[in-house]
Amino acid sequence: MEAYISLFVKAVFIENLALSFFLGMCTFIAVSKKISTAMGLGIAVMVVQAITVPANNFVYHSLLKEDALSWLGITGVDLSFLALLSCIGMIAALVQILEMILDKFFPALYFALGIFLPLITVNCAILGGSLFMIERDYNFGESVTYGIGSGLGWALAITVMAGVREKLKYSDIPAGLQGLGITFITAGLMSLGFMAFSGIQL
Amino acid sequence: MSARDLLDSIEPHFTKGGKLEKYYGLYEMVDTFIYTPSDVTRGTTHVRDGVDLKRTMTFVVIATLFCVLMAMYNTGYQANHAMELMKLDKIDNWRSIPMMIFGYSTMNPLSNMVHGALYFLPIYLVTLAVGGVWEVLFATVRGHEVNEGFLVSSMLYTLIMPPDMPLWQVALGISFGIVIGKEVFGGTGKNFLNPALTGRAFLYFAYPASMTGDSIWVAVDGYTAATPLGIAATGGIEAIHAANYSWMQSFLGFEPGCLGETSTLAILIGAAFLLYTRVASYRIMGGVFAGMVATSLLFNIIGSDTNPMFAIPWYWHLTLGGFAFGMVYMATDPVSAAMTDTGRWVFGGLVGLMTVLIRVVNPAFPEGIMLAILFSNMFAPTIDYFVIQANIRRRMKRHA
Repeated sequence: MEAYISLFVKAVFIENLALSFFLGMCTFIAVSKKISTAMGLGIAVMVVQAITVPANNFVYHSLLKEDALSWLGITGVDLSFLALLSCIGMIAALVQILEMILDKFFPALYFALGIFLPLITVNCAILGGSLFMIERDYNFGESVTYGIGSGLGWALAITVMAGVREKLKYSDIPAGLQGLGITFITAGLMSLGFMAFSGIQL
Repeated sequence: MSARDLLDSIEPHFTKGGKLEKYYGLYEMVDTFIYTPSDVTRGTTHVRDGVDLKRTMTFVVIATLFCVLMAMYNTGYQANHAMELMKLDKIDNWRSIPMMIFGYSTMNPLSNMVHGALYFLPIYLVTLAVGGVWEVLFATVRGHEVNEGFLVSSMLYTLIMPPDMPLWQVALGISFGIVIGKEVFGGTGKNFLNPALTGRAFLYFAYPASMTGDSIWVAVDGYTAATPLGIAATGGIEAIHAANYSWMQSFLGFEPGCLGETSTLAILIGAAFLLYTRVASYRIMGGVFAGMVATSLLFNIIGSDTNPMFAIPWYWHLTLGGFAFGMVYMATDPVSAAMTDTGRWVFGGLVGLMTVLIRVVNPAFPEGIMLAILFSNMFAPTIDYFVIQANIRRRMKRHA
């Protein structure tokens, strides 16, 4: 249990996808103007991450990994070079299915998240999460923890970013830096603050 | 001819249409530093007091007075003490020329004071000069005013430098703090991180050799002395006592460390002044203190066999390292802290929690207050947002 807790803390703070690895920057920068919107997107990323990372883990361990096909009686086959392709396919398919399910059964949630879901399909934080899972060889339980944790970390980062940007609305930023320029500087300074966690051994 | 007449006589050159119109910021700076501005608020905006930015900022500078004196005295004392231990009778840099008059005895307060001042003043002057150039440059180009906020930033920045910091790094750090930490957002009041701490954090990660380790806390070359906090990180309270530091000594500030952060007593005198004049928020200070006490008590209860920092009691956390300085002067920065009353308690609590957390569980950084405050600074607008939303919901319910 303790290992899972430390993995969770690590995924949220120490190895924050947005502010330590700078993944998912396009959505991180584009959809962080308002706190309420940013939180919506953050929750959507968390949900998708919590589904796709374990799903990819399942596919990888039962189909792609070296000797993973032994349950079919086939040995000596290593399909792990397909991992990247299969992850992308899995994410796109799962997001589509999730969208349809939400549309059918949870229309309120669908309208809250609706616009963000297709956007997330191409978010590199999601793909990054799955690839980290493969690289670090997580088992299924760890992949669930890592999926939720890394999604929460990203959601936290974008919410805080939106908070700062709402405050910066009242700033007097030089003409050349307005918009994206100051947002990049802000993201850099925020990552300086997140350095507080770097080096923690769990 | 008084200074007022002189200023008045040259004023037309700087106002709109004058030939030096572009440099109005400079004129305005000199004028308002010396005299109270004649502009007053019309209407009834300030119900409580006719306080202005000038007074607020000047009071913070005044509040650091004891820290400055203590910074000079302790830096000199530590340097003289190190020289006595190393049996050196003179130092081999330019400081030896003025020090010929005073000698290098720890028993001579004047020698301690002057020796320390010879380390403090160069850093402070470089900070003022380089930071001032940036301030004036931005003020002139962008047409805003240079105000006393800069004096506060530069004073606080100086007080958190190690005594033997290379001056070019001091200049680089304050440049980063002022330009990236403040001016790109539009100057005083528009930034979201504390400029002085931003500059220090920049130096901390860019030049770790000058900001960490055991050889930088005492100004004498070749002398190594860990700060009590550094000692605690490896051996806990027993190691601090073994190194002959008592709690009272740490409270009074006779220990190696950054220039102005060592003396908790001097800092608390400043804190009393800031609280009495209501310049600093007691909610933030209270929050930081409460957060630190709660977190360190929690770690005391959890306990650890391998990490001696778990057992450090809260009253040691208070006097060790820069905690007190950060709590009183840095966290209370009204611009980068939370703005709502409840938010300030939460913000302070977060600073206290993070400080102890970093000190205890992060082996990469012995001190945590700097990063804790920067980290909380970026959470401050979000904290405010949730406090305001909760307020709105409560009122909606009340009037439903």
